[in-house]
Amino acid sequence: MAAAPAVLEMRSITKEFPGVKALDNVSLTVRLGEIHAICGENGAGKSTLMKVLSGVYPHGTYEGEIYYQGELVEFKDIRSSEHVGIVIIHQELALIPELSIMENIFLGNEVRGRFGIDWGETRRRAEELIARVGLRASPDSLIKNIGVGQQQLVEIARALSKNVRLLILDEPTAALNEDDSEHLLDLLRGLRSKGLTSIMISHKLNEIEEIADSITIIRDGHTVETLDVRAGEINEDRIIRGMVGRSLSSRFPEHEPKIGETFFEVKDWRVEHPEVPGRLVCKDSTFHVRRGEIVGFAGIMGAGRTELARSIFGRSYGRFLSGTITMDGKEISMPDVLSAIKHRVAYVSEDRKALGLNLLDTIQETVISANLPRVSKHSVIDDDRSYLAAEEYRKSLNIKTPTVKEGVSKLSGGNQQKVLLAKWMFTEPDLLILDEPTRGIDVGAKYEIYGLIQRLADSGKGVVVISSELPELMGLCDRIYTVFEGRVTGEIRGADATQEELMRLMTGTGLARAR
Amino acid sequence: MSSIRQFGMGLALIVLILFFQITTGGDVLTSTNVQNLIIGNSYILILAIGMVLVIIAGHIDLSVGSVAAVTGIIVALAIRDWGIPWWLGVLLGLGVGAVIGAWQGFWVAYVGIPGFITTLAGMMLFRGANQWIGQSNSVPVPQGLQDFGAGYLPEWGPNTQLNNSTLLLGILVAVWIVYSEVRRRRAAIRLGIAPPSTRAAVTRVVVSIVVIGYVTYLFGSGRYGTSFPIPGIILLIVAVVYHFIASKTAEGRHVYAVGGNRAAAALSGVNIRRTNFLVMMNMSVLAALAGMIFVGRATSSGPADGTGWELDAIAAVFIGGAAVSGGVGTVLGSVIGGLVMAVLNNGLQLSGVGSDKTQVIKGLVLLVAVAFDVYSKSQGRPSIIGKIFPSRKGRETGTTPGLEEPRPEVPVADGATAAQG
Ligand SMILES: Nc1ncnc2c1ncn2[C@@H]1O[C@H](COP(=O)(O)OP(=O)(O)OP(=O)(O)O)[C@@H](O)[C@H]1O
Ligand SMILES: [Mg+2]
Repeated sequence: MAAAPAVLEMRSITKEFPGVKALDNVSLTVRLGEIHAICGENGAGKSTLMKVLSGVYPHGTYEGEIYYQGELVEFKDIRSSEHVGIVIIHQELALIPELSIMENIFLGNEVRGRFGIDWGETRRRAEELIARVGLRASPDSLIKNIGVGQQQLVEIARALSKNVRLLILDEPTAALNEDDSEHLLDLLRGLRSKGLTSIMISHKLNEIEEIADSITIIRDGHTVETLDVRAGEINEDRIIRGMVGRSLSSRFPEHEPKIGETFFEVKDWRVEHPEVPGRLVCKDSTFHVRRGEIVGFAGIMGAGRTELARSIFGRSYGRFLSGTITMDGKEISMPDVLSAIKHRVAYVSEDRKALGLNLLDTIQETVISANLPRVSKHSVIDDDRSYLAAEEYRKSLNIKTPTVKEGVSKLSGGNQQKVLLAKWMFTEPDLLILDEPTRGIDVGAKYEIYGLIQRLADSGKGVVVISSELPELMGLCDRIYTVFEGRVTGEIRGADATQEELMRLMTGTGLARAR
Repeated sequence: MSSIRQFGMGLALIVLILFFQITTGGDVLTSTNVQNLIIGNSYILILAIGMVLVIIAGHIDLSVGSVAAVTGIIVALAIRDWGIPWWLGVLLGLGVGAVIGAWQGFWVAYVGIPGFITTLAGMMLFRGANQWIGQSNSVPVPQGLQDFGAGYLPEWGPNTQLNNSTLLLGILVAVWIVYSEVRRRRAAIRLGIAPPSTRAAVTRVVVSIVVIGYVTYLFGSGRYGTSFPIPGIILLIVAVVYHFIASKTAEGRHVYAVGGNRAAAALSGVNIRRTNFLVMMNMSVLAALAGMIFVGRATSSGPADGTGWELDAIAAVFIGGAAVSGGVGTVLGSVIGGLVMAVLNNGLQLSGVGSDKTQVIKGLVLLVAVAFDVYSKSQGRPSIIGKIFPSRKGRETGTTPGLEEPRPEVPVADGATAAQG
């Protein structure tokens, strides 16, 4: 394997944005037919490097050279890199929700017949690609109606349709559950055995350990090292040491929970799907949260955890049918988001681009946006107080940015996630609902965020964590509920939870016993 | 829309003025001409201020000209037939604007009809109403309203060779500029941020004061009895108030939030309907105000008042840096954008260019201004002006071109979206 020739060489790449040197003399060598992983902390420059490679940042906007298949290449846009077989799948998926799978696969690359698009041929090829990536959906399904895991497969099918030779995946599994991730990794292995070279960015180090042939580590815009996985023992700790410069003794901070009494209780919560009358997304869900407690919600994609959380948070999802919420012994009603915020409930969405952030805002504007009164006097926003508030979170969450006046769209994915967390912590919630809070966040920052969650809990608040990563739930939560098809199917103490037991309850096989 | 860009726009405006000043042999910067320029354009600028909020929220309002016209005729008739004083007429007119605005806001915010359609209907509806109510006649208005639309400030006090009201106004503005610079520095020091360099600050203040001084002289040194015009003062007040609302209040932030990402705004506790309603309603109130200023200037209300105003206002807003997709734009930018159009009109007219060619040139300027904007955003480089006038405040927009940062396009009804979990 080590003898395989280099297919790609990026030499001394330097890329500057106004005020930030995102890449400083970075080099990367990728060998033919391998899966090459890129690791690094949030804001290290991974996505930027891949954007340079794929022509998103065209030749001339960066310094350094790119050699592809032995030749110096200077891409002027994405099309020119695709022309030679380099295809990038971005951190944020770029599919069109209102179009079908088939249309998305061939968008911008339509199969032309004598009279416009040849739909017969398009369908035939789409079906072939769908089968190749192992997608179980009809070519006519609309993107908005399929899950994220399947959308990721559509992106790969799209790449394959362009005769990809070098596939770049920027955090492909960040939004996927374990099954979908496993499927995706299998697919990549299969493609590798057929000779496809890929570059993959991920914060899920176990996956990297499992699949990568070599690993390049980037820190603060510099290349730290390239590890050859086949040559020697590479484990997660080794990667972390490269990424953060020291070992991380444990993934979760030491924590002694200080659990008080129940203060938030949901009983017999029934919610109907917003578009399909009669279909229940929450079926008599009942749960409670105690002060100082971190409560997890486990479930497979589509189990209804997000729906449950959002229907509680100001009824912002679905149609409320019945059920009660009791807070501090009093029954409360939260018919809209504003009243939920007033009752000091906060919900951090899993979908930061669509539901979390206004990408046109600055960091400062985002942080204060859900609680303007806190920095206003006579309903006039005090710029100074807003600035100080944002500064505080920049420091405590270690948000990588030259200033909080920077636009959030200019932050790296993980740093955007931190800004979103800051926005909701700024509402000083008593109950904080976190939906996939560490999606796209690096190991070091995860540790910090866990610490933050624990400190919030210790100050007497309740925290609800929805996560698709079972180890995260088991390491962090004092109690875990499992959800299956809109029903709460079980409740386990965090210390007692095992992956098998959780899986059993999450997939409905334990239903009979739990009910 | 960054403040850098605003300075860039301001600079472009000055260059444009100087250009015409030279080519016309000094006809642009005369007291009479600038007074007329303000009187003749203040109502469009007021419309632009309302329009920028509508556009930031992601809508458009095509009905402003018709709303202005129907308000004008109602006020003119009320003053003539019911004998109410002119100022009561103005209040009545603002009320009419509020009612019309509530009507349009209702359809947009609570029924969910796009602003384009609602106000296209409104455009016909209120144009028709104007001609119906006034039976397509011209109705004259009294002196009070004429002063409101085209009058001047009084002369008083010692002879300073200038109109003293204008002089006072100039001094107040200069004091305010110095004060806000000092305040900005104090705030920076208090927060432990490096304040802008003393040199830059002093340069900025000196340049601003010289400009203000010159403008004061220009407006104040006209023939006896003229000054900075009253509609200009109304415009100034409206601009300051709305700049403040847009940048410093929760309501203002909500407008940006709704236009920037509706779903995220809904999940942050923003009342989307209320915001949309207020924005549409506000537009009609300002349209009513503009209509009354115009009627005052024209000395009567007629059946064709306000035709095509919506297009002028929209052009001003886009030249001023707003984005069609919403979420971006500033009040000051729109005012500058409107002034660019006004100066262009005026300068071409003084140069003897016919209205046919003027239209062509204005169209091209609109296109080039926005194209330049798009281009410089895609480059993401700070301009030279940005280095001279660094600013701590101001909205920075995402400069990333479409592909890398797809704009969220999530349909929401009241904040509800499909979700998976
Ligand atoms: N368009 C931009 N304008 C200004 N700065 C930018 C821009 N894009 C990225 N940056 C900065 O460049 C640095 C590297 O960002 P990049 O997105 O490459 O990080 P990343 O390694 O992919 O991080 P993550 O793991 O969080 O996705 C960050 O500090 C970021 O703020
Ligand atoms: Mg990234």
